[in-house]
Amino acid sequence: MKELEYPFDGAYLLKKKRSIKRQLLSDGSVRIKKKIAVLGGSTTNDIINMLELFLLNYGIEPAFYESEYNRYWQDAVFGNEELDSFSPDLIFIHTSNRNILKYPAITDSKEQTDALFAEQMKYFETMWEKIAERYHCPVIQNNFEQPYFRLMGNRDAFDCRGRVNFINRLNMAFADYAASHESFYINDINYVSACYGIDKWSEPSYWHLYKYAMCVPAIPDFAFNLAAIVKSVFGKNKKALVLDLDNTLWGGVVGDDGVDGIEIGQETHMGQVYSEFQKYLGLVKDTGVMLTVCSKNDEENALAGLNHPEGSLKPDDFIMIKANWDNKDRNIEAIATGLNIGQDALVFLDDNPAERAIVSAQLPTVAVPEMERPEDYIRVVDRSRFFEITAFSSDDLKRNEMYKENAVRAAQQAQFTDYGEYLKSLEMVGVIDDFLPIYLPRITQLTNKSNQFNLTTKRFTTAEMEQVFADDSYIRLYGRLADKFGDNGIVSVVIGKVNGDTLDIDLWLMSCRVLKRDMEYAMLDSLCERAKQRGLKTVKGYYYPTAKNKLVKELYGDFGFTKVSEDADGNTVWELSLSGYEPKNKYITVERNK
Amino acid sequence: MSEQEIYERLNEVFRNVFDDDDITVDAGTTADDIEDWDSLEHINLVSAVEDEFGIRFKMGEVSSMKNVGEMVDIIKARA
Repeated sequence: MKELEYPFDGAYLLKKKRSIKRQLLSDGSVRIKKKIAVLGGSTTNDIINMLELFLLNYGIEPAFYESEYNRYWQDAVFGNEELDSFSPDLIFIHTSNRNILKYPAITDSKEQTDALFAEQMKYFETMWEKIAERYHCPVIQNNFEQPYFRLMGNRDAFDCRGRVNFINRLNMAFADYAASHESFYINDINYVSACYGIDKWSEPSYWHLYKYAMCVPAIPDFAFNLAAIVKSVFGKNKKALVLDLDNTLWGGVVGDDGVDGIEIGQETHMGQVYSEFQKYLGLVKDTGVMLTVCSKNDEENALAGLNHPEGSLKPDDFIMIKANWDNKDRNIEAIATGLNIGQDALVFLDDNPAERAIVSAQLPTVAVPEMERPEDYIRVVDRSRFFEITAFSSDDLKRNEMYKENAVRAAQQAQFTDYGEYLKSLEMVGVIDDFLPIYLPRITQLTNKSNQFNLTTKRFTTAEMEQVFADDSYIRLYGRLADKFGDNGIVSVVIGKVNGDTLDIDLWLMSCRVLKRDMEYAMLDSLCERAKQRGLKTVKGYYYPTAKNKLVKELYGDFGFTKVSEDADGNTVWELSLSGYEPKNKYITVERNK
Repeated sequence: MSEQEIYERLNEVFRNVFDDDDITVDAGTTADDIEDWDSLEHINLVSAVEDEFGIRFKMGEVSSMKNVGEMVDIIKARA
């Protein structure tokens, strides 16, 4: 819904929240359900209302537990029955500088301020540890906004007794904790409040009248920033940018003005703006976001523009370049298909409002931010938080490379008439084995991102995955696949639960970038081998249909399983007897963990 | 701004905030008359009214306003 995308009108959202919620809930879209506990050190009523709207818009339907006013610490440390039975999927701790127990006094010594700091950190760390013990779910913790006044003025920043200094010190310690603990994230209200303006943010009447830690008009900004973390944790990030060229990546029209006539580089003011934007996009790409081009241009001109010596993005930086005169929505559909990702994983950037309108109308799930002034492009793309990074795996950094290797494979495939010969020529080597701790982030990430080749679409949080990893009643397999063109990284995950002499396959997923490479056979071989070793007799597979996983509807049938049941919703259950199982993989050399 | 115009605009604000197109307020309307008008919604109402008329209530006014009539008096004096 446009009203919930950056830059949204916060006052409008606050005023119309009820009718917006009604509209969202009746729009017929399928949402994942998540239980979120909000433990507040100040009033959380409208924070929950706004968070709910943004999450519904991201395809997440939240149920909330709300702690009694300022009972966050007690709820977390001592627990309570209601929260226990709620069994949250995520806990958000909403504290602010109003919750700092005690600030240094101007008469304190350095040692005394150190002690105060240690005491304050102990207070929070105790709570975080209790939560980790009791709830095994991701935690989002606010850091602190800057103080409303500075007793010593600028000295407050560097004197250990200054509130600014004390708060910055706490924020660093919070950051250190988050950096060293899985599934613990900081909601950076220090940044958000700075963007909003700390004078307005901290307007005291909202605290004294309602015990809100921030002014109410700022709540939508706050909630949007929080929602970005939540949707990222639950796998709802965007994956790729689709970029227009003329007046988006450079000033002017390359077809009309010629390569020498477009504005990019340090020569003109606008040229500088576009240069900076290209550099920004290069940084976005480095985080693992895929870049593509969709431009109404002759390809020759498009490439010439991208090869402009002052531009920092080169044709090589893009996985797909669609430069032609077809309608953009058609090209964007082709890009989604070509990358094997959903249209809802795309962000389309174009300076032309008419193109944006057509794409929005034809492809409603593609994000299409308003790109009005080139000098605002970076802010609009950045603040929209399309690519909020919570987990960071080394595969993210290599994604662009891997997709490009795929393009080379496709070209090579065209030279073979026999598909088996082609697979043989790839010289594939797979590693298939039990999970290793270092791979847990990537494995978890895959469970949250894979939609098409995913039989049960079961999502895991990091904490849940750690529990699976620690539990002997599971047979776990990850698979990575390399070939002569490069390493695809971890591309498949299977989790089976042992029940008596049966193995129930809770999860079977594979990245679509290795589709039709027989990797699924190699995984099945390993799974059956392990199941046999444990003395099991039967393997049971489950297929739960979603809007996106039709591809694997008959996977178990193809594997030689027998369908044993199917319900009205199309959920199917399949069985395979392990006796006499013959390995199916012919082309992949399989190795174990080294 | 006439009192009538203020009431018309206020009705619109109330209807939006409480998502109920049947609401019509008058000088005597209080929180007891509108089901969802509790202390937490009061702040949204106040913010929406401020937004509508481009004014800011003082903190003391927000906590002491007893009915819609008092709100209108302040709007009249300031908008």
